[in-house]
Amino acid sequence: MAAQGRHGGRKSNKMTALVVDDNMVNQTIHHRLLDNLGIENEAVSNGKEAVDIHCSGKTFDLILMDMDMPVMNGIEATRKLREMGIRSMIAGVSTRSMEREVQEFMEAGLDDYQVKPLTVSKLISIIHKING
Amino acid sequence: MDLVQLQRQLVDYKTSLYNEGFLDEQFTQLQELQDENNPDFVVEVVSLFFEDSERLLNELTKALEQQSVDFKRVDAHVHQLKGSSSSIGAQRVQKVCIAFRNYCEEQNIEGCVKCLQQVRHEYSLVKTKLESMFQLQQQILSAGGSIPM
Repeated sequence: MAAQGRHGGRKSNKMTALVVDDNMVNQTIHHRLLDNLGIENEAVSNGKEAVDIHCSGKTFDLILMDMDMPVMNGIEATRKLREMGIRSMIAGVSTRSMEREVQEFMEAGLDDYQVKPLTVSKLISIIHKING
Repeated sequence: MDLVQLQRQLVDYKTSLYNEGFLDEQFTQLQELQDENNPDFVVEVVSLFFEDSERLLNELTKALEQQSVDFKRVDAHVHQLKGSSSSIGAQRVQKVCIAFRNYCEEQNIEGCVKCLQQVRHEYSLVKTKLESMFQLQQQILSAGGSIPM
């Protein structure tokens, strides 16, 4: 998959991802899942850090956004990123499964939503949406 | 004990952990993420889970000892524990966390204290079992064998 024009200046064709999750165990697992698929990735621990990293000028092909986080949760962070004009694929990854809660998260600007725990096949289905 | 016997013992032990509900499919997912480039992945993640859980259990004990219990805080800790236990496939710990969160919502102190005892118990069980499993794996590797998955 070739890098798109909006990431012009980036030398590698590797996909990039940002893991946003306050739980260290999840961060480690998601990092490994992404590594396994050849996706360069970093992790931050809450929504505010996700926003800050974008303010610093970094962008990512994919953002895996947890819902419940301290300081700034996933819904607020997703809204903020969209307001900032971030067009990256944002996939909500959460344990919440109630329709109303998922709906609210989706309406904040998600492209996809997966119930935790994340697995290889769930991640692949998210990635297909980027390419599709 | 010879290598084949050790490997057999490991397979049987693992199977029993799944059958008794200590581990679920998510643990299998973790094992599938381990390879020659990341040969210690499962042990690393599980160790992280142990550290994280011990911290959370201590926080929970403190929080429930307070004169005026902050249920939101208790719930936040249980939520974390539920999340990490679910991510590594520690099914029985996760199940107690679900009940624990319900008691937090009801602001039921007795229920919470009971659940804390239960979750400590389930956590210590799964920790012991996983450590035994890792020990068996190490014995097999030291004997020059490979881990049957």
